[in-house]
Amino acid sequence: MPDTIIADTATRIFQDLCEPQTINAAEAGTWPAALWDALEESGLPLTWVSDEFGGAGAEMLDGFAVARIAGRFAAPVPLAETLLAGWLLAQAGISAPPGPMAIAPVHEDGTLALAGGRLQGRARHVPFARNARHIAVLARQGASMVVALVAADAVTVAPGKSLAGEPRDEVSFDGAAPVAAKPTAGLDFAALVRLGAAIRAQQMAGALDHILDQSVQFSLDRVQFGRPIAKFQAVQHNLATLAGEVAAAGAAADAAAEAVARHGISGEQVAAEIAIAKMRAGEAAGTGAAIAHQVHGAMGFTYEHSLHHATRRLWAWREEFGNEAVWAARLGRMVAAHGADALWPFLTAGS
Amino acid sequence: MPYNFHFDPVELPPEAQELRREVRAFLEAEIAAGNFGAGSGKGPFNKDFARKVGERGWIGMTWPKKYGGHERSHLERYVVIEEMLAYHAPTRSYSTADRQSGPMILRYGKESVKQAILPRIASGELCFCIGLSEPNSGSDVFAASTRATKTDGGWLVNGRKIWTSNAHNSDYMIALLRTSPPTKENRRHGLTQFLIALKTPGITTRPIINLTGAHDFNEVVFDDAFVPDEHLIGEVDMAWKQASDELAYERSGPDRWLETFSALVELVRRAGPEPDERLAEGIGREVAHLATLRRMSLSVAGMLQAGKTPAVEAAAVKDLGTNWEQALPDKVRLLAPQEGDSAPPSNDDRFEEALRYTTLIAPKLTIQGGTREVLRGIIARGLGLR
Repeated sequence: MPDTIIADTATRIFQDLCEPQTINAAEAGTWPAALWDALEESGLPLTWVSDEFGGAGAEMLDGFAVARIAGRFAAPVPLAETLLAGWLLAQAGISAPPGPMAIAPVHEDGTLALAGGRLQGRARHVPFARNARHIAVLARQGASMVVALVAADAVTVAPGKSLAGEPRDEVSFDGAAPVAAKPTAGLDFAALVRLGAAIRAQQMAGALDHILDQSVQFSLDRVQFGRPIAKFQAVQHNLATLAGEVAAAGAAADAAAEAVARHGISGEQVAAEIAIAKMRAGEAAGTGAAIAHQVHGAMGFTYEHSLHHATRRLWAWREEFGNEAVWAARLGRMVAAHGADALWPFLTAGS
Repeated sequence: MPYNFHFDPVELPPEAQELRREVRAFLEAEIAAGNFGAGSGKGPFNKDFARKVGERGWIGMTWPKKYGGHERSHLERYVVIEEMLAYHAPTRSYSTADRQSGPMILRYGKESVKQAILPRIASGELCFCIGLSEPNSGSDVFAASTRATKTDGGWLVNGRKIWTSNAHNSDYMIALLRTSPPTKENRRHGLTQFLIALKTPGITTRPIINLTGAHDFNEVVFDDAFVPDEHLIGEVDMAWKQASDELAYERSGPDRWLETFSALVELVRRAGPEPDERLAEGIGREVAHLATLRRMSLSVAGMLQAGKTPAVEAAAVKDLGTNWEQALPDKVRLLAPQEGDSAPPSNDDRFEEALRYTTLIAPKLTIQGGTREVLRGIIARGLGLR
């Protein structure tokens, strides 16, 4: 079980410092320094880094729990990305530096390579690259893989953004010399993408928790035809459907987190659990956001209302680290390879 | 926050995994011996099978030993149930008693009835049916009008129950009967649950054939049928307090998402080891839904084991599960590679059979045991909306 002190700390920081105005300001380009500093002071961004490498040394499940909470609050900071970066660096025994970090690549067909002590290649859609002080990189080095830590000011960042308005930048490495680089065994681009998918599933589960609460509350407050719209059966049934989607996304995301905590990031069982989680949470994101907007009516379609902080992120996150179609096809190929009579044993192998 | 759904991950204990291996070995041996066939659904009524399952201690697993139970965990029971369903084992003759009637008797029945009846359920000897629906009382279960009138030493029952699955094979029914009129304050008041031996004079069972052509439904008519006082289950007029507990047990089990599983299995068979992208995606999508439902259902079993009554979570699992399993045959139909005259000779027509069966039973899945609309009302109440 995740540590409740860590979860409570994260919740308190977001409650105090992650107001809707903070999120809007971040989209307009203002870095939420107070929020990030509080997170960093608490050690949360390096939950997945052991004491030895400068981190908090907590469990994998704690990091996933933190990502869930960050998703619930639509935190406009690279908390999930710094968690991933710290984890990636730790895999190669590189100490994590202070400050926000990004990771590259975020696609399985990564092109980054290290040769002669210089990084070459570019990485697209890198979350928060422009806000990061360092980028943790997974790159090819000849026939093997290497983890490298690069200072952000050593690379060229071309700004881009997701449909949630969050930075998704293109990073050109252009021969940048890393601060540190060490070989890693048993890691490839696909493994990094898997962990990214597992953490996005948690963030989506968190955002879905939030839109359920927000939609239920709105339906109780909003009066039409002389009564709260919560009293109309059609609205009740939509919200019941939303609740089911929220519960399913949470259960699937947690199953993936448990699998990673127990078995690491490699192996078919973990890959299957992550595929299930990203696919199911991604579907719930689409269905859930649509219902939340239907309940909120025109008000929820305004920039002024905060609903879009969660729903736009849901639409962005379901696309990142592999969308529902990508993960469903992977899972389908796994199932088909085992054959029809192995389907039930496959489903019950994890528990 | 109005309501916090909990679906904590559950790790099955080692004894449950060992049990899974035992159950699989038993079922595979039964299939090999020709005692039941691989196929779809719960198969035919088969009391021999029930007795074998009873001998192995897999009926009434969580009940006290003094009533023939085995004092095993809800998680172990969960494993047995899902294995039986996945193999389409013929559990029809005991599954209702194991899931609903037995726990109801255990909780609210008189001591003499518990001693007399529960061990015979656990041995696989007795078959139960549920007497809730009536011609004018379906989803509105508390509108039941079949009467039980007090007489010397017992009650006289008059009226009709309908859509009663398996009544023609059953030894007993647990029926919801009207003993008093509803009150102005509580329209659910005045109903009482009784254990009724179906061989009692004055009870007639008539078949109702369903659209698959099968005889599962019945109409059960009561004409001055006598039920002894001893067979009262719980308090007179107060059944409304008992019924909601029962539903938490009923609603989230694997039978709420595995009824059309054979369609998915046969789709995977027809797809072969290297399906194209569209087919792989289609299979993966359904498997992801199924795996998630299973996690949620298992989680509810874990909560029951921890002594909780997760009624809203159970309703959510049933709503998600039955909607998914109902939609599955149609998705399978459109994903499956078409086989015409030029197709290689197929081994058998298992795909066609599974698709036919699951398409035909699909409409009932969001009706039986609480309609989609009733479930969503329960979830909405849990959310604080009503």
